[in-house]
Amino acid sequence: MPRQAPQGTQAVQRALALLRSFTPEAPEHRLSELAAAHGLHPSTAHRLLGVLEAEGLIGRSPESQAYRWLPGAPGTGVAGSSPRHNGLRPLEPLRTPFHRRTSALCESDAWRDWSGYTCAETYEPTPEREYWAVRNAAALIDVSPLFKYEIAGADAERLLDRVMTRDFSKCRTGRVMYTSWCTEDGHLLQDGNVQRLERERFLVSAAEPCLRWFEDCGWGMDVDVRDVSEEIGVLALQGPRARAIAEAATTGIDFGAMRYFDLAAGEIGAGGGGGPVTVTRTGYTGDLGYEFWVAAEHAEALWDALVEAGRDHGLLPAGLLALDMARAEAGLVLIDVDYVSAADAEIEVLKVTPAEAGLGFTVKLDKQADFVGRRALELERDRGPAWAMVGLEVDWFELERLWSEIDLRPQVVGQPACREPTPVFAPGGWQVGQCTTRFFSPLLKKYIGLATVRGEAADLGTELDVEVAVGYGRRRARARVVERPFFNPPRKTAVDPMAGVNG
Amino acid sequence: MTMEPAAADGIGSGTPSRGGGRFDAIVVGAGHNGLVAAAYLARAGLDVVVLESSPEIGGATRSEEAFPGFRFSVFSYLVSLLRPEVIHELDLVRHGLFLVPTASTLNPLPGGDCLFREADPQRTYRHIVRHSRRDAEALFEYKLEMRRMGHLMYRLQRAAPDELAAAIGDRVAESPEHLDVDVSAEVADIARYFLDLPAARLRTFAQMLTMSSADFLGQWFESDVLKAALSSSSIIGSMLSPRTPGSAYVLLHHYMGEVDGVYREWGFQKGGTGAVAATIARAARSHGAEIRTDSPVARVLARDGRTAGVVLANGDELRAGVVLSSAAPQISLGRLLDPEDVPGDAGAGLVERAARWQSGGCAGKVNLAISGLPRFECMPEPGPHLSGGITIAPGLDYVDRAYDEAKYGGFSERPFIDMIIPSVLDPDMAPPGKHVLSCFVQYAPYELAAGDWDDGKREAFGDSVVRTLAEYAPGIEDQILHRQVLVPPDIEAIAGIPGGNIFHGELRLSQLFLLRPDPAAAAFRTPLPGYYLCGSSTQFGGGISGGPARLAALRVLDDLRGVESAAGGGGETP
Ligand SMILES: Cc1cc2nc3c(=O)[nH]c(=O)nc-3n(C[C@H](O)[C@H](O)[C@H](O)COP(=O)(O)OP(=O)(O)OC[C@H]3O[C@@H](n4cnc5c(N)ncnc54)[C@H](O)[C@@H]3O)c2cc1C
Repeated sequence: MPRQAPQGTQAVQRALALLRSFTPEAPEHRLSELAAAHGLHPSTAHRLLGVLEAEGLIGRSPESQAYRWLPGAPGTGVAGSSPRHNGLRPLEPLRTPFHRRTSALCESDAWRDWSGYTCAETYEPTPEREYWAVRNAAALIDVSPLFKYEIAGADAERLLDRVMTRDFSKCRTGRVMYTSWCTEDGHLLQDGNVQRLERERFLVSAAEPCLRWFEDCGWGMDVDVRDVSEEIGVLALQGPRARAIAEAATTGIDFGAMRYFDLAAGEIGAGGGGGPVTVTRTGYTGDLGYEFWVAAEHAEALWDALVEAGRDHGLLPAGLLALDMARAEAGLVLIDVDYVSAADAEIEVLKVTPAEAGLGFTVKLDKQADFVGRRALELERDRGPAWAMVGLEVDWFELERLWSEIDLRPQVVGQPACREPTPVFAPGGWQVGQCTTRFFSPLLKKYIGLATVRGEAADLGTELDVEVAVGYGRRRARARVVERPFFNPPRKTAVDPMAGVNG
Repeated sequence: MTMEPAAADGIGSGTPSRGGGRFDAIVVGAGHNGLVAAAYLARAGLDVVVLESSPEIGGATRSEEAFPGFRFSVFSYLVSLLRPEVIHELDLVRHGLFLVPTASTLNPLPGGDCLFREADPQRTYRHIVRHSRRDAEALFEYKLEMRRMGHLMYRLQRAAPDELAAAIGDRVAESPEHLDVDVSAEVADIARYFLDLPAARLRTFAQMLTMSSADFLGQWFESDVLKAALSSSSIIGSMLSPRTPGSAYVLLHHYMGEVDGVYREWGFQKGGTGAVAATIARAARSHGAEIRTDSPVARVLARDGRTAGVVLANGDELRAGVVLSSAAPQISLGRLLDPEDVPGDAGAGLVERAARWQSGGCAGKVNLAISGLPRFECMPEPGPHLSGGITIAPGLDYVDRAYDEAKYGGFSERPFIDMIIPSVLDPDMAPPGKHVLSCFVQYAPYELAAGDWDDGKREAFGDSVVRTLAEYAPGIEDQILHRQVLVPPDIEAIAGIPGGNIFHGELRLSQLFLLRPDPAAAAFRTPLPGYYLCGSSTQFGGGISGGPARLAALRVLDDLRGVESAAGGGGETP
């Protein structure tokens, strides 16, 4: 136990010892009990505990006034499995089960809130290396803040088929389906992935809460919807080296046999033994990649195994800025950025159908089951969607032209994807839509954007004007409607993806 | 000058030529410039063949799997000078261009110290403060001025030099035909640009043409360490010390490099620079160009005072009214061209002047395959610094001494080394966990005063490099699995550059602008109508730029069409 401490550090040592008494197993202590256990005068203990409380490291039970363990606070208990609400004030930011690992690496200290969790925007001061790791080696991204719902029971498939626009009678066990779900009038609520873990057990991942919607839609069915968001950590491993790393970090999964949107269960660690993990061949970067779904208590073991396996493959942890650049290149739409969920749309005009958000391919009007929004979407099929999600591209010479007006080379590179919506015009004319994601892709060397435009302006090759900030001014740049995704390497879906290892 | 071509049979005449040995245009050399020229000409509809003497394309940009699993970018290693016009007009991204940025530069110093310049300017400031607070602040001002200089060079290089001469009233071009070119809007624009330049900017420009880089940098900085670090770009490829007058121009040459509009950025091409040549070759082929290796050209054929084709070393004749050579002037003007063929007396002295062209090499390349990442004493653990440039140039005296040794005919015992670790930037360059180290080394003269490169000196040079590295990254000598040492005669032999100078000729005022490579052959034209130059020894100078080849090709197309300059237009299709 504690060595004799030099003067002045003794208080620190005592405070830390007190802090360590708070664990999930022994969350609550009274002052007298702590003072006795630590051999402190009650007034000293009171003073030290007061500091810990003021620093947000421990809490205080409102009823009993006892001191309480604060989930997720550094120095106490385990970092994992933090509930979304700790019932105490002030509300602590939530930590993902990987937080101890990510925070140790986050040199930039650039954290961003994502559904209440603190997530790294970048690990290094600038996102470049993390972005290139996605395209050239591999990147590890903590995407745990996704909401996750387990849907289980005899009617699980029936519920999904009722809620979702995709046909879940066609989703075999061991497959993942990307789908949309809509309101009764066919307006898009969310998009997300659904894993079929067992015949009667699915896992839905979504950007926003949807427990109530699923429960309400399943009224009277033999199905149980459970929010497992906090129980499961999720890591995305993305990039051309993903397979080689995933193989080395896990046991029991045949990655060569895993097709795009397959799912497999295995164990963490080269020889196993690190705990169970579910792997899906999915991701949000448009590259070869996998997502790892793990119980919070095994999260750190998973992280460590992947980092270790990635050491020789150029693996870097990547933050949300790099992820956003990659997903823009992949032409993937983002809720709240590229479209507004019908659940959040204050006015009618903000609502879109899946087709209008570029997700028409997720709507299966030929499926057997009736589903929420079906009739509205059938009508839309007949009259055609009013809006379309398009990819826009501004070529280099247009950028040179704009910047030459102020005698500069184009100042476009090195900026993360911009999410401020700006108007899109018919050439020299009126507004026909808005551009919601845009950035200069250092890989493609083009300025690309995702835009929602009126249906008649959506044909490939259509010329449109977008707004670009040039110096202090706003200029119109000529853009062209191009194919989405902007970047789509064969390795993303290759049947036996590159092992990616030389020699 | 009006070109009355057999070219009247003109652009994309579609003359049935394949196999028949008749083309619209022949390009000598499949280095990246020759390939760029071919791509532009083929894209305009010409029937083009590229003839390369060696078995491989790429010239000085070649890459190879020198040892199983290890890829070496044999000579050149980073890309920055590659013109955005070339990238976008030839759609190189689609054909495979993939540039990973090298965002930082580490200068290890003796005793475990270092100077580190990062992508983030504020962090760079904090690193430099340790050496000089004043310099840390001055760096912002210096970089701004150099960006302006880079932009000035960008404006300058967009137009062909004769037009520029006309525009800025330079009378160096005595031959009247150089002056009767219509001054295009672009050129007028540049003229205006120069006329409007503040005096301070013109002064900096004049300084850069004449000063030593040490003196030039001395105007901003006091720290020897920082001056040495910044002067690196002023000696690359040049038999100059940072203290030699004229070295500031080499600095300027490197500052006109850009990646996506950001001056002074560098990128590593995935797969090595050989993949740049392969990318351009794909673009050229996509437009129908043919590329033949193992086809050394012996001379240019002329008939009635005009270009008529080439003769290969094996005696085969290929016909074309247009021939472009990307080889160095000793070859293009000295060997391939018979001055007797040149109309009038324009060919007088050409061969003699070509022979006096200064293109002695000064640099070697040491490529290492290593068993793990090097541990630099200053930053032993892996980190972002390993994906940037790493330069051994701990002080001006150090570099000057390294130069002195070569000046007297030896190689540097403690050389200047500019290195990158390609396998950190692109994991495909080496097996997992193993790495390749690319060391560009100065100085190594073409000819040694004592002894012979082939007589053990090459390996002794390699040893001096490893010994020097080990001073900063102890233990590296035990990590080496394979080593490739190349000195100027090797560059000459493999890449076909006489003397082995990396730029096809020193970048000094006597060999620049209208004097590059010869007053009678500036502006990409030679005195033999229909015969053009398109390589690193022309206006643009060396480096992986494609710049000279693009301008040369546009000049050819222009001459074929008999219309005014196409050299300026960024976006327009020739
Ligand atoms: C060691 C080294 C390092 C360098 N590092 C860099 C760097 O990092 N970044 C950078 O931008 N630049 C670098 N350079 C410079 C750059 O590589 C060259 O300037 C550029 O590649 C030259 O291209 P080119 O097409 O003009 O000529 P070359 O690449 O020299 O091509 C000319 C071709 O012509 C062929 N040829 C010659 N004579 C004949 C003939 N009679 N018949 C047929 N074919 C013929 C040759 O075989 C050769 O393939 C480096 C150069 C060297 C040598």
